[in-house]
Amino acid sequence: MVAPEPTAHLQRPAAAPASSLARLYGPGGWAALGAFALLLFVAVPLAALAAPAGSALHLSQYWVSLGGKILCYAMVAVAMDMVWGYAGILSLGHGLFFALGGYAIGMYLMRQIGLDGVYHSRLPDFMVFLDWKAYPWYWSFTEHFWYAAALVVLVPGLLAFVFGWFAFRSRIKGVYFSIITQALTYAAMLLFFRNETGFGGNNGFTDFKRILGIPIATPQMRVALFALSGAALVGTLLLERWVVTSRLGRVLAAIRDAEQRVMFCGYDTANYKLFVWTLSAVLCGVAGALYVPQIGIINPSEMSPANSIEIAIWVAVGGRGTLVGAALGALLVNGAKSFFTQQFPDYWLYFLGLLFVLVTLLMPQGVAGALRRLRGRPAS
Amino acid sequence: MTTIAFTSALDGGPSGDAAFGHVSSGGLDTSHGAILYLENVSVSFDGFQALKDLSLSIDVGELRCVIGPNGAGKTTMMDVITGKTRPDAGSAFFGQTIDLTRLTEAEIAQAGIGRKFQKPTIFEQHSVFENLELAMKADKRVRRTLFARLSSEERDRIAAMLERVRLAESADRPAGLLSHGQKQWLEIAMLLMQEPKLLLLDEPVAGMSDEETERTADLFLSLAGKHSLVVVEHDMAFVASIARKVTVLHEGSVLAEGPHEQVQNDPRVIEVYLGR
Repeated sequence: MVAPEPTAHLQRPAAAPASSLARLYGPGGWAALGAFALLLFVAVPLAALAAPAGSALHLSQYWVSLGGKILCYAMVAVAMDMVWGYAGILSLGHGLFFALGGYAIGMYLMRQIGLDGVYHSRLPDFMVFLDWKAYPWYWSFTEHFWYAAALVVLVPGLLAFVFGWFAFRSRIKGVYFSIITQALTYAAMLLFFRNETGFGGNNGFTDFKRILGIPIATPQMRVALFALSGAALVGTLLLERWVVTSRLGRVLAAIRDAEQRVMFCGYDTANYKLFVWTLSAVLCGVAGALYVPQIGIINPSEMSPANSIEIAIWVAVGGRGTLVGAALGALLVNGAKSFFTQQFPDYWLYFLGLLFVLVTLLMPQGVAGALRRLRGRPAS
Repeated sequence: MTTIAFTSALDGGPSGDAAFGHVSSGGLDTSHGAILYLENVSVSFDGFQALKDLSLSIDVGELRCVIGPNGAGKTTMMDVITGKTRPDAGSAFFGQTIDLTRLTEAEIAQAGIGRKFQKPTIFEQHSVFENLELAMKADKRVRRTLFARLSSEERDRIAAMLERVRLAESADRPAGLLSHGQKQWLEIAMLLMQEPKLLLLDEPVAGMSDEETERTADLFLSLAGKHSLVVVEHDMAFVASIARKVTVLHEGSVLAEGPHEQVQNDPRVIEVYLGR
């Protein structure tokens, strides 16, 4: 008797018991995602590999690599959006986790060079140059792909967990937290710049030859890495979408808006922050590991504070708290960057600054928020 | 049906123990009749003595009003009870055994103390329904929350609470769009969803219309007995309408305590309120 009254207004994604697919995206969202997947896994591979080199449909290796790189950046942006857009934690050190994932896979790629280095030693060239006779202990087992793949997840994950444990237990918040993350990535950069650290100093790792014994610079391998990056991005989007539409996601947004009330509701907010923070760092590590074989180099400049700030700009441009918007922001900013650094190399930084100012002033909810407004729906 | 059963449960009807089976459990030992003991609690901030040897005890099922001029230490007292502020000296116990000075805010909330802030504190971006969902008594650890799904029984409980605080029409609206009085009610509803044994209410009727104030008084009176309530309020008419026992704080300690009329006629209380 009473039932129809109260349940009538509960027919909504967040509260109604919907299937898990419908919980993630509406029909339009799934269609868009399907189209995107078709582009990634069918159109691009066909255009790059099947279309003859002279034809208009042919996609050159340059574009495949650029696309793969941007897909990795987009994955970082989406990972960042979960902690910033939802939990309200602005990290200015996410580039560190990305770089650590890259270094972890880089160690394996260096091992794969084998005796083909300049000095034809079983050690990487930079170690020969330093006159080292054997690998340091922390390079042990890195010749095994699966061990390196585990490091990709474990190193950023453990660092984020330990750092987050202390920071969130100590209730470090807001701008203080941001500054400490910035200092963390800067300190790591200085550490990795030293030759004695054993990661190639300021040159880092480069001249990769093979991955899993297969030559790395072939068109097929590039397309494979591109598709893998695309799959990782789509997987990240779906995983995070699942997280933020869960009750835990609503707790995160509540922490962002009124943390004290969340605590007085009985939630240990530090654990919630630690969870998303660590998950986000792991996803960044994976993105870094996909990025390095595609661009063929990893060095400490990836850890520079400016890089991490740029990640925050991608998310702000795309629209915080939307996930898809963050990916869009990474695509737009990096697309513009590729164009500007080729056509007007001197003006790129001015343009980036201008873009950031304009977006902040005119589209406080980013591109995703502006699109949503155009479609007549209130921005959330 | 469910609405009726739920309302009577909160009001202490016969089905109350079935719906709130855990009210009497959870390690809370109230065998001596008191649910909260504060003994010689002192707190100072930068030399300012906010609480000075404050001692207070609240009985199970009691509705206590705490009054006092600004700066008397009312909010600091609530901070001590809810773990937000650690006392410099003294002890604070929930029941006989739970030492509140050793627990975090979240642990205290889970032990069964709910708190309403002076300024309504709700999740403005969330819908009214979601506010209640998040507040609802549940396993609030990370993994459980990640996989949590609302059961139809929980959905009914939320719906019943929305009816009770007259927010059913606004269930899907962002809570930030509610009127001030409605926000106060939403926060009280959130507290009740936690099923606390002790409710601390800091100026619950501030900014409410007369009609809303009246309904709030009725609500509190219906809760007493089932829950223990501590109400801090400036509105003396409201205090008069609900108070059985009143505690007057002044400069961080108890100045007077007793039935409302007795306290009202206490010359020291009159002096404190009128002397400034």
